[in-house]
Amino acid sequence: MAGLGGGLAAFGRCTHAVVRALPESLCRQALRSVAGPEVDFARAEREYQLYVGVLRGKLGLQVLELPADESLPDCVFVEDVAVVCEETALLTRPGAPSRRKEVEAMKRALESLNLNIVEMVDENATLDGGDVLFTGREFFVGLSRRTNQRGAEILADTFKDYAVSTVPVHDSLHLKSFCSMAGPNLIAIGSSEAAQKALKTMQQMSDHRYDKLTVPDDAAANCIYLNVPSKGHVLLHRAPEEFPDSAKVFEKLKDHMLIPIAATELAKVDGSLTCCSVLINKASE
Amino acid sequence: MTTEVGSETEVKKDSEQLGPDKAKDKPEETSGTPGDQKSRETSSGEAQDSSVPAPTSQSSPSSQKKEKSSPESKGISRFLPPWLKKQKSYTLAEPRDEPKKKATGEEQVVEESESQALEGVAQPRRSLEEATENRQNDKEKHSVSSAEIQPSKEDGKETEVEEVAEKKEETQEEKEKRETKEVQTAEIKIDSIPKKSPKKIKTVQCKVMLLDGTEYSCDLEKRAKGQVLFDKVCEHLNLLEKDYFGLLFYENSEQKNWLDSSKEIKRQIRSLPWIFTFNVKFYPPDPSQLTEDITRYFLCLQLRQDIVSGRLPCSFVTHALLGSYTLQAELGDHDPGEHSSDYISEFQFAPNQTQEMEEKVAELHKTHRGLTPAQADSQFLENAKRLSMYGVDLHHAKDSEGVDIMLGVCANGLLIYKDRLRINRFAWPKILKISYKRSNFYIKVRPAELEQFESTIGFKLPNHRAAKRLWKVCVEHHTFFRLLSPEQPPKAKFLTLGSKFRYSGRTQAQTRQASNLIDRPAPYFERTSSKRVSRSLDGAPMGISDQSLLRDFSATGGQAAGDKIIDLEAAGQAKLKDGGREEDESPLKTPQLELTQDGKISSLRVDGENIYVRHSNLMLEDLDKTQDDLLKHQASISELKRNFMESTPEPRPNEWEKRRITPLSLQTQGKKGDHIFQVKTLPGKEKQWITMPWTAGAKPEETDKRHASRAEGPCTGVSDADKSSHETLDIVEEKKQAEFGIEETLVVDETNKGKMQVATDAGETCKVEHVSQKDSSSLPSDSSSSSSSSESEDEEVGEYHPHHRAIEEVIREEQEEEEDMKRKEHEEKTQHVEAIPEGSKLNVPVEHTQVTAEDLVQDNTVTVATEEKNLSEQIKQDVGEEKKEEQLKLNGDVSHVDIDVAPQLICCSEPPVVKTEMVTISDATQRTEISTKEIPIVQTETKTITYESSQLDGNAAGDAGVLVSAQTITSESISTTTTTHITKMVKGGVSETRIEKRIVITGDADIDHDEALAQAIKEAKEQHPDMSVTRVVVHKETELAEEDED
Repeated sequence: MAGLGGGLAAFGRCTHAVVRALPESLCRQALRSVAGPEVDFARAEREYQLYVGVLRGKLGLQVLELPADESLPDCVFVEDVAVVCEETALLTRPGAPSRRKEVEAMKRALESLNLNIVEMVDENATLDGGDVLFTGREFFVGLSRRTNQRGAEILADTFKDYAVSTVPVHDSLHLKSFCSMAGPNLIAIGSSEAAQKALKTMQQMSDHRYDKLTVPDDAAANCIYLNVPSKGHVLLHRAPEEFPDSAKVFEKLKDHMLIPIAATELAKVDGSLTCCSVLINKASE
Repeated sequence: MTTEVGSETEVKKDSEQLGPDKAKDKPEETSGTPGDQKSRETSSGEAQDSSVPAPTSQSSPSSQKKEKSSPESKGISRFLPPWLKKQKSYTLAEPRDEPKKKATGEEQVVEESESQALEGVAQPRRSLEEATENRQNDKEKHSVSSAEIQPSKEDGKETEVEEVAEKKEETQEEKEKRETKEVQTAEIKIDSIPKKSPKKIKTVQCKVMLLDGTEYSCDLEKRAKGQVLFDKVCEHLNLLEKDYFGLLFYENSEQKNWLDSSKEIKRQIRSLPWIFTFNVKFYPPDPSQLTEDITRYFLCLQLRQDIVSGRLPCSFVTHALLGSYTLQAELGDHDPGEHSSDYISEFQFAPNQTQEMEEKVAELHKTHRGLTPAQADSQFLENAKRLSMYGVDLHHAKDSEGVDIMLGVCANGLLIYKDRLRINRFAWPKILKISYKRSNFYIKVRPAELEQFESTIGFKLPNHRAAKRLWKVCVEHHTFFRLLSPEQPPKAKFLTLGSKFRYSGRTQAQTRQASNLIDRPAPYFERTSSKRVSRSLDGAPMGISDQSLLRDFSATGGQAAGDKIIDLEAAGQAKLKDGGREEDESPLKTPQLELTQDGKISSLRVDGENIYVRHSNLMLEDLDKTQDDLLKHQASISELKRNFMESTPEPRPNEWEKRRITPLSLQTQGKKGDHIFQVKTLPGKEKQWITMPWTAGAKPEETDKRHASRAEGPCTGVSDADKSSHETLDIVEEKKQAEFGIEETLVVDETNKGKMQVATDAGETCKVEHVSQKDSSSLPSDSSSSSSSSESEDEEVGEYHPHHRAIEEVIREEQEEEEDMKRKEHEEKTQHVEAIPEGSKLNVPVEHTQVTAEDLVQDNTVTVATEEKNLSEQIKQDVGEEKKEEQLKLNGDVSHVDIDVAPQLICCSEPPVVKTEMVTISDATQRTEISTKEIPIVQTETKTITYESSQLDGNAAGDAGVLVSAQTITSESISTTTTTHITKMVKGGVSETRIEKRIVITGDADIDHDEALAQAIKEAKEQHPDMSVTRVVVHKETELAEEDED
């Protein structure tokens, strides 16, 4: 037992990832906050494959890939249906009713990993994993159109060891639409006013002091940090072709192994990097 | 036997000789009893009364003998004045008590009977008689007894009575008396006959529930202060690092109060039973910094209680992990042979312990093989301290919309929870003032980055007491964790109005320092608690062995009382055995089988009490505008005043008058916003001043700065009756800072302004004072230390100002000055400096604050200005030296901050500690009211330190240069925010590039600010190797704090 949270040294450690293939229905039926060009499915799939390839091949994670379900156009965004911290997994009740069935397959997958599973059964509660930022020391939960107070409370009940602070999210789909952890104690944050305001809120609520990495583009602030034993700090971030300015900021992280990954197609339906996987650190196994 | 005889004699005397008087007294007492006691007590008291005759007659034979032997005393007593009759009334109590004893049929020790007497009888009597009267009586009695030659027996009894009388000054005598008592005890024991024993009326038996579930009892003088009991308990526990702990008493199952060490216990608990709970009061954020394992052990015990009660929520995994460390600490390595499958279920690790959890605990326990108990405790703490609710003291409240929330007080500040979610947080540095009014609790918060005004946030607590309790807890936590030393106690106390509350213990900084000095072998102690605390002890081997040990102990220990059976009505317990181990210093605990039950009960109680406050209607006010704020506060204060006037049953005109007369000093405050305009009036001087340091070199500056704080002394004297000055000056400074903002002002200047004025022109100084007073709404200003500690008697309101100055204004002086100017000033200054010491009345307080400020470093703003110098030096070294000497002389009391900076930094000055108090009232007409209203104030202290390079050119004097370019870059990291300000100037054809870095180090006490500063300077130098550091300004800000009333 590494103990509570294992401290910062263990932050970003990860042995497993759960992902889900994208259904073709995603192109037309996936929820999206703004109308725009249709998703190019083939390209979306290539990007997805690259993403999974990096997790599995480059980083050596055990990737559980759930099959796509055409009746669930958003099912590729697995992050929203489960929050996993240490040995405990909270199956959420996604804010979008059309997505609630996505939880079932995730539940089976997490059960197979022997996690302690907590289900959110309260019908008044909604929570999207995309609104949950775990910093290694505490949780921030965005109160957005998809996540409500009750959902956050249940998360707090589930992960009792940690402080759970709420952060209002107004202009974005999720809290993590404009921020994420880019390292132990390092928060990547977008430059928009809303993002900066949210960061201020988080800083005020926290007993800890986080470093921040401000990137010009909100969407680029969603990145995936991993601590891979053989590779050290690894950061998956949006490709320079997508966000050249932000990519330059990431490139200043000298200690990190940087892996640019494009997510142009899924981004059309509000997807980002963290959305497409649930990362799990199984201590023994 | 003899003792008893003595007492009988007295009783006899009473009844026979003073019969009539006695009769009179008796009824009085009886009638008075109901008023002050619970009905239960009353009834028992009455019962006792009725049974009085029996004991008297019973004892008569022996007393007769006694009488014969001491006829003189009898005779004398006849002529005793009325107060002696009072004494008789005391004696009456004794017989009353005895019947009770007999009724229970239990063998009792003198001490115990005393305590019972206290509980049952003495209290009402106490209430009947005026305290002063008591004192008088006792004194007189005492003198009488010593004057008269009485038989030794009689004497002994007399002494006891006196002892009861609670004379703290006469400690020695008390000791003797105690000895006497002990002797008597022994005698009684031998007799083992339930005869009447002499009672000392004024000691009380206290019970303290300890963390390991055992109970500690001792006898205390009725008037003993909390500290006495606390020290006894700590001694019993063999605990040296005791400042983290405290004693709780419960008003009811939900309302816990910390016993204030500095006050009499009985005044705090009033009619409540003398039952306390020993608990951790301040949870050390980093338990590994505790010095002794035994301290960590008690912290572990507390946390286990917290966990089991649900007060400290944990996940399943954490429950299991912590449980496993508990097992390791208490049982040692897992032993498959000894530890059968269910060994774990004897322990409780979680509020809802499941089989699964126990299995997990067992599994983890096996992995801890080899850990010593102390190591296991440490591991336990390392994990527990990371829990988000570790050390958070929760209070129920409601927000502005009437929504139930919880306010959590912890080491870092105030946390706001709604359900289990944290919805806001106010770190101590953000809080300017904490106050309560009736059932409302307010915090005034420093303006956010882009905001201009403070805001006040109000919460509604269930009732006034809850609000006050919360306020006290805040004040204490703030003081303990944020300050170097507590505020000085208020000078005047008026008991009736309730003395002022302040945290009187040591701060964390002090206790750490003290514990570094602990030099003793690690004390032995047994870890047996979690069993006892959690589950019944049936057949637990540990408990049994303890028990036998205990028995041995009590059998051998002559002093220790035997077993007592105490009727513990209040605790709802049937009977418990108590070792009465007052004097036990051995590490031995006194776990007993009977106590197991106690343990359970106490833990249950703790659970219940966890729920602090549960009712309420809340309103939350968020005032953004200073103006509104002021108005509101005005209103509230006058309201308070009204309330106070109306509600105070016995107004103390004298006291009030007093306060009115000295108001200025006691309650000063200034608001940043208020002062801004006035500030502008003074710039001229400042500029002059500013020039000086540059030309003269760093040292003069330093001197000046140091003196600045002193200067106030003379100022005050000059100006007028008001104590003012210090406070006032600070206010002025604050204004200035606010006005000039970050860019162009020298911190040095600001700090020195007051002084400078003094030096140059006394009239000027006065003016300044007046101005500031005016704008601070004619607030009384005050010498800093006294102001903070004074105040507030009004029960309804409490305020606490953790003041902060805006620290970040470290500014750069671009102006170069002229030498002669500088010189002149310098001379003046020197004179001034010389003058100061005599004149300064405020020396002491100033010193105090400075010292305090130094270590308190909470927020540091460090400015490192690197300057590329193309200009020649014009600094006069001699001048500098001169100054230095003076400095040394004058600043002997000023502690130096040692910062390792570049060699060229020659100026290290400690400017006056900026102690500002903000007054929420800005209207001069409010003054009287202010003085009437007692408002506890907490202050923040800010310190500015400037290091300046000797290379600084004073040359370009007057040449402001032409600004070529300017650039500002900001970056942030964990604990520091760095603002780099680069300016290029052309002065007299020479281009000069200045880089000014402002580094804000915000951090909790744990951050080593000096190191951070050194690091910042180092980095600055590395970044600009071609430049030199010419100035370092360190601005430290801290809070000082606290106050309260009863």
